[in-house]
Amino acid sequence: MNYIDNVAFAILLVLGIGFFVKNIRKITRNIKLGKDIDRMDNANARWKNMAMIALGQSKMVKRPIAGVLHIIVYVGFIIINIEVLEILIDGLFGTYRVLSFLGGIYNFLIGSFEVLAFLVLISVIIFWLRRMVLRIPRFWDKEMKGFPKNDALNILYFEMVLMLLFLIMNTTDVQFQEMNSGNLISQFLVPIFESFSLESLHTIERVAWWIHITGILVFLNYLYYSKHLHILLAFPNTFYANLNVKGKLDNLEAVTNEVKLMMDPDADPYAATPEDESETPGKFGASDVTDLNWVQLMNAYTCTECGRCTSSCPASQTGKELSPRAIMMKTRDRLEEVGRNINKNGKFVDDGKQLLNDYITPEEIWACTSCNACVEECPVSIDPLSIIIDLRRFLVMEQSAAPQELNIMMTNIENNGAPWQYNQMDRLNWKDK
Amino acid sequence: MNVPTMAEMMAQGKQPEVLFWVGCAGSFDDRAKKITKAFVKILNKANVDFAVLGTEESCSGDPAKRAGNEFLFQMQAMTNIEVLNAYEVKKIVTACPHCYNTFKNEYPELGGAYEVVHHTELLKSLLDEGRITIEGGKFSGKKITFHDPCYLGRANNIYEAPRELIKKLDVELVEMKRCKTEGLCCGAGGAQMFKDAEKGTKEINVERTEDAIEVKPDIIATGCPFCNTMMTDGVKTTDKEDEIEVLDIAELIANAEDL
Repeated sequence: MNYIDNVAFAILLVLGIGFFVKNIRKITRNIKLGKDIDRMDNANARWKNMAMIALGQSKMVKRPIAGVLHIIVYVGFIIINIEVLEILIDGLFGTYRVLSFLGGIYNFLIGSFEVLAFLVLISVIIFWLRRMVLRIPRFWDKEMKGFPKNDALNILYFEMVLMLLFLIMNTTDVQFQEMNSGNLISQFLVPIFESFSLESLHTIERVAWWIHITGILVFLNYLYYSKHLHILLAFPNTFYANLNVKGKLDNLEAVTNEVKLMMDPDADPYAATPEDESETPGKFGASDVTDLNWVQLMNAYTCTECGRCTSSCPASQTGKELSPRAIMMKTRDRLEEVGRNINKNGKFVDDGKQLLNDYITPEEIWACTSCNACVEECPVSIDPLSIIIDLRRFLVMEQSAAPQELNIMMTNIENNGAPWQYNQMDRLNWKDK
Repeated sequence: MNVPTMAEMMAQGKQPEVLFWVGCAGSFDDRAKKITKAFVKILNKANVDFAVLGTEESCSGDPAKRAGNEFLFQMQAMTNIEVLNAYEVKKIVTACPHCYNTFKNEYPELGGAYEVVHHTELLKSLLDEGRITIEGGKFSGKKITFHDPCYLGRANNIYEAPRELIKKLDVELVEMKRCKTEGLCCGAGGAQMFKDAEKGTKEINVERTEDAIEVKPDIIATGCPFCNTMMTDGVKTTDKEDEIEVLDIAELIANAEDL
């Protein structure tokens, strides 16, 4: 190896990682556009959730076939990355299999990488078959057209190619095959290359090596545009997830203050005007992504569009417009749009659009039964329901735009303390009839 | 039937062991009133020292909150809390999982902290303490499936109390393919009870009733007045009224021994 290789490798690495860091910064900035919410309480429970749900994949296996296949790909992904460490060192310093001094341990490691690579390849092929041949319905819902569909396939193809390259690289590495230890899978591929000269084998090995590491860097940068971002965000997302029981919705503090004032007989109605006139009164509920809190925005980036939420949603299953997965996807799309707007203008310039109406329609959010099936199902603790409720709050409290029947229900509660029009004085009549 | 009110109790200088929060459905809905009465009969039989608020009770605010009207919810909540605190209520039992959920999870921050139990939990503890006995009676040998109310199950992780009560009835408890954490909603939650469903291909309550029909039950048991309405409608829509009855757990226990 001459120095040109090493320099080229270093440049590739700096570019690959540089772009990735730049994009991660964008994501972080976009997430921070969300409102503040305290999710630092009870750190023990949070670490435990992250360990169980993200690291331990505890919710994935609730659907056993997809769950087990996913664990294989996940474990493979993490462990094979140890090999990437060696590739980085070899690439930068022109060494050959620098970790091979570990001897038996090295052979054991490489052997397990090969087995894992093979298993990952098989699992990814099964994933592809489930999507494209079995056509499992949740992968073919209305929101899964165009980029979302291609995105899912791109990821599978990326993984197939990367695993194949890794195996080819080992197969055509004559020195490695001669050691005949650790080549648990690649030894069976050697016959394919039997007719090749030593020189061509070396060329194939080098080419596979370069495409493999380039592919990894490209894949790393693809994450930002893809649903595959979950491989990173699943961890913070499960850590910062809601710890309360699912039935509990937050009580809006701004409302509490106003209601208390209204109910306080000693309150001076004229003292209620804010002292600082420049302070714009907060908006009730959410009409755009910047009205949501940062955890909800992180949820949107974390969503991997698996559709378990939608396949368990009573509204989605009965043909309503609502799909909890689409709620998350649309939130991310709008957040990205706001992000691009900021990149271009330095700050957000009104584009006449918002999350509500332009992305998520009232028809969708009014179809929700708040049953929490989507929240229960999500393997990475995303909460689509909280976004639906915040959008409803805006429609009702800022725009009085509830469906007519709900307005009647609410008027009844105001007038006679029940959602139906019965006299409150008749509340105990049941006992006499 | 003995149904003392908090006002009467207070006038006599008494403080009941538990407040029975009847809820709007339990007070006004003809079907749900039967559940209320069945539950009171059991309370009477077990000599539980309870009272109701009667005309001083008002909507918990749940449907308003789920519809997005946080103002109305908090107005209701704070008014209710004033009443409850004035009577120095410590423990509340209710047969409505929606009231249960708001009291248990959303009232404390607004100044209303009580011990809140669902009626199936109270019945279970009465059973454990030997204050009631449950026998199959006229339900002996019947096949019963339990539909998990979302606001009891997923919302508050209560899955076992209702099932343990059913099992005591000398019946066969069969589970639907979607049950417990995976139970399908009846379609009424999130204020849907009070409006028509959005355009779709099917009603949710029919989808859920079909889950139940699959396991061929004699009775669909529930623990929520709204689930009861939805499942009853579902059974009617699917023409199974002659084969399947929809009953609350309290009704099962009270009717089993003809209370």
